[in-house]
Amino acid sequence: MLNKDIRNDFPILDQEVNGYPLVYLDSAATSQKPRQVIEALSNYYQNDNANVHRGVHTLGNRATEGYEGARETVRKFLNASSTEEIVFTRGTTTALNLIAQSYGRANIGEGDEILITYMEHHSNIIPWQQLAKATGAVLKYIDLEEDGTLSLEKVSDAMTDRTKIVSIMYVSNVLGTMNPIKEITEIAHAHNAIMVVDAAQAAPHLKLDVQDLDCDFLAFSGHKLCGPTGIGALYGKKALLNEMEPVEFGGEMIDFVGLYDSSWKELPWKFEGGTPIIAGAIGMAAAIDYIESIGLDNIEKHEHELVAYAMEQMKTVEGLEIYGPRDSSKRAGIVTFNLDGVHPHDLATVLDMNGVAVRAGHHCCQPLMKWLDVSATARASFYLYNTKEDVDRLVEGLRMAKEYFQ
Amino acid sequence: MGNEKLDQLYRSVIMDHYKTPRNKGVLESSNVTIDMNNPTCGDVIHLTLQVENDIVKDAKFEGEGCSISMASASMMTQLIKGKNTEDAVNAAHAFSDMMLGKDIDDSMDFGDIEALTGVAKFPARIKCATLPWKAMEKGIASDSE
Ligand SMILES: Cc1ncc(COP(=O)(O)O)c(C=O)c1O
Repeated sequence: MLNKDIRNDFPILDQEVNGYPLVYLDSAATSQKPRQVIEALSNYYQNDNANVHRGVHTLGNRATEGYEGARETVRKFLNASSTEEIVFTRGTTTALNLIAQSYGRANIGEGDEILITYMEHHSNIIPWQQLAKATGAVLKYIDLEEDGTLSLEKVSDAMTDRTKIVSIMYVSNVLGTMNPIKEITEIAHAHNAIMVVDAAQAAPHLKLDVQDLDCDFLAFSGHKLCGPTGIGALYGKKALLNEMEPVEFGGEMIDFVGLYDSSWKELPWKFEGGTPIIAGAIGMAAAIDYIESIGLDNIEKHEHELVAYAMEQMKTVEGLEIYGPRDSSKRAGIVTFNLDGVHPHDLATVLDMNGVAVRAGHHCCQPLMKWLDVSATARASFYLYNTKEDVDRLVEGLRMAKEYFQ
Repeated sequence: MGNEKLDQLYRSVIMDHYKTPRNKGVLESSNVTIDMNNPTCGDVIHLTLQVENDIVKDAKFEGEGCSISMASASMMTQLIKGKNTEDAVNAAHAFSDMMLGKDIDDSMDFGDIEALTGVAKFPARIKCATLPWKAMEKGIASDSE
């Protein structure tokens, strides 16, 4: 387990909610921010704020250095070979939409197939639905195993000569399942399809290496890895990004503007129309520095221990059903569940009255809820600042909810 | 633990309607059916009404949702049965006001429904309580078109 002093880095955790010390178990929705990130943001605004890539003046240089320095931090974080392959976006959703709209529109035609799974987040479903509708392509879903894992066999079976794009989440925000992305990428490439990875839930918890995975695109959000909201990144292989057209046009992304035609800047800036998310990028880089200083391996191990403990303790609550892999070593720090006789909203309210924050609902995964045959679930998600005591408070709250609704 | 606060929300009348809902099911004789969901949480309601000469003769609901949304549906169907459509729609508006913490017209005889006033203090749950009423309003509007 990580040292509990880590909690001191997160000022927000030091408060009472409804009369109880806060237990924050909703990091899969968004993580809390350490002082280091909050200070990086306020330092930027207090000392360096200016627009980037334009000013001749000193602040402009500092802002540009901060922003482009953040790109280098992301490059190293993903082990991409060049910063040309790192595009800043508003988050995972924007990155996935960019791929669908730019790469998709240019490369997908009638009858081509796009392959996703039943466990995807809405942000990795709807962009492909829209692409399929616009082009006459076919959107196909790979079925899951009974425990919510994905088998390579089913992936292989779903591939055809028409498969052009495979887009799959690395870690499920509901089931906690970790998908074998490297192997899936091999299968996709063997069929000449490109591989898109939704790493929104992976980047905060696992060491990523895009060269080792060999994926073609990968998207993540800063706010889930201790960074600010409104910033994320798209990794794309240079050869693909080079061929792609921008989807947003305006300032910052142009090379030359004529009356009736314009040309674009080189990579990655052609995809970053308008004044970019400067403070966000700097804040996200501070967040990456922070989690790397703790160590992603250590974070992953910490979460595995917490999840194992949580699953063991939660099993002692009568009528509690946990979704996803039974084997806690097969999941990231996420436990989704239902308590017999208590609707998840009611459960979340009871827990909130006891200072415990969990998420209730469909978690932006309606097709997965349908697959699980439930209308809603409750979810506890853990991060580096959570402790076994947090799990105890959750379990105590579950018992109380059970009693209250009896 | 925070039982007192919870008791403000989960009044015993509400729990009673949740556990033994009134007017649960599907009306065979309905001429108005409405399906509505709450996209943020996945709650769904299937409401069937029998409206004749601007009178709500009968009402039933099916649904999936939390105690607040299901109890609210049970109470709502109980209230509107026998009412004319204008009064039913007015009741829906009064209910919305109640959820916003506003004082409501004394002439509105809400009976059990007043137990839901506590929901106004739980902003995240207001949409649960209003879902059945929104469905009813939409159904009546569609019938009068
Ligand atoms: C697996 C997964 N994909 C995509 C997203 C979307 O991320 P964002 O809302 O930051 O764009 C999320 C987060 O909600 C997620 O959990």
